[in-house]
Amino acid sequence: MAPTLCAICQIARALIIRPKNHQKLCRECFISIFEAEIHHTITSTSLFSRGDRIAIGASGGKDSTVLASVLKTLNERYDYGLDLVLLSIDEGIKGYRDDSLETVKRNAVQYDMPLKIVGYDELYGWTMDQVVEVIGKKGNCTYCGVFRRQALDRGAKMLGINHVVTGHNADDIAETILMNLLRGDLPRLARSTSIVTGDSASDVRRSKPLKYAYEKEIVLYAHHKKLDYFTTECLYSPEAFRGSARSLIKNLERVRPSAILDVVRSGEDMAKLVPEEVTGISQCKSQKVSLSSADGEREGAGGCGSSNGRNSGGEMADMEKKLQQDEEAASREIDVSSLASSTAHIHPPEKKGHDPKTGKTGRKDAGRKLVKQTLGSCKKCGYMSSQEVCKACTLLEGLNKNRPQMEIETDVEDNESSTLRRRMGGVALAAG
Amino acid sequence: MAAENTIPVIVEFTGGLEMLFSDERKHKLSVPTKDDQGKAVNIGWLVEYLCDKVMKDTRKEMFVLDGHVRPGILVLINDADWELEGEASYALQPNDNILFVSTLHGG
Repeated sequence: MAPTLCAICQIARALIIRPKNHQKLCRECFISIFEAEIHHTITSTSLFSRGDRIAIGASGGKDSTVLASVLKTLNERYDYGLDLVLLSIDEGIKGYRDDSLETVKRNAVQYDMPLKIVGYDELYGWTMDQVVEVIGKKGNCTYCGVFRRQALDRGAKMLGINHVVTGHNADDIAETILMNLLRGDLPRLARSTSIVTGDSASDVRRSKPLKYAYEKEIVLYAHHKKLDYFTTECLYSPEAFRGSARSLIKNLERVRPSAILDVVRSGEDMAKLVPEEVTGISQCKSQKVSLSSADGEREGAGGCGSSNGRNSGGEMADMEKKLQQDEEAASREIDVSSLASSTAHIHPPEKKGHDPKTGKTGRKDAGRKLVKQTLGSCKKCGYMSSQEVCKACTLLEGLNKNRPQMEIETDVEDNESSTLRRRMGGVALAAG
Repeated sequence: MAAENTIPVIVEFTGGLEMLFSDERKHKLSVPTKDDQGKAVNIGWLVEYLCDKVMKDTRKEMFVLDGHVRPGILVLINDADWELEGEASYALQPNDNILFVSTLHGG
């Protein structure tokens, strides 16, 4: 078979066929168009401002590695004037995260970026290995996800950075849109489509520069640029529902590759139709930017982000704060930074209507009754939350309560004495 | 089987797929030139061969689903997307490099 030539340069052999338009490209033209499109996403949404310090949420996996590599390239090529830092979360999963953190450490050297690692153990007093010992392999993703989102904020704050970028790609966004559609959760569906989700109160916003990039192209970019990334699946079983949405997306892509971006666009269009009192995106009707956490969980909803007022000290942020002050009860106005302390989490939060086993906090009600979600601060840890006590604190409460119970249960079984000792050690640490 | 009746190929697994193949990323194989029906071997045949002869892991469905390479796994033939090369019907050539990359693992 005669080799197909690249559709752009017409010289080199085509190696890539683009999922979104079937364009056949050579290696160089693919790399250059992939980078140009991310540049377009960044400039058309005014994602960054000159002088911004940006923390790249880095797991060592393909997406965040590609994000770091592309941002470094674009920052130099187009002189964005950004100060880029790698921020990694150590969930405390032996044989998984410790290996991937080695990759991040190499990336820090390869990309000449400073690296900050924050651990669940120091933030919450629990590693994921310990969480799984207590709650089992089922449902632990909820804990990990909730903790990680807040951990990224806290890590950024430690660095004095107010903008975290994550490697979420078009496939991830499409997956989340489908999940929220299937759950009938319009507020989250709407929020999950925004490229920027952030919060003027906590001074940390998150964005997804790879939002329109196909996972397939991210992997091909990493392959053709020979990037160093880590690929072992998390040892704990994945969230079943997300897994199903994922298979659905991949099967759709096989039949019609454009389907992934089509779902993302449909999600964006649906988001526009969702009333602002449902999404919590108030006061900024014309902007698609909203407030929420990275992949559509309920943490940190409400308030309003904006695509121009990036800088937390800027006029827009001040105005947002003022608008919020006007709208919300004075008691909501808490200086987040003064309350932020990594030890606050260890104290068990007060009882709240919540089932610690499932981690559910009445999600259905939020969707059905269309309760307006307003931003406040968790009264336990001071981090942004749409509820009195944030989800991380609520989950921790359940965990901390279960810790002594588990000891009694395992006491009966002789063969688990080593596990027991480890747990006892954990209790002693937490108490002291 | 005589040497002239086999083709040397290099098969690589990345993106987490190496887990299914004894944690070995690179496999230098010598495969027959013809299948049972006497037809020249192609990628479709190779995928079956890998499942039957090379994969020790029992989780075949992580690699092949309903007789096809699982959606989300990219196949590169000498660095080119197999969609450009006729996918499963591509006839193996001596010293071909066939790379299977999973996109399904965490990022």
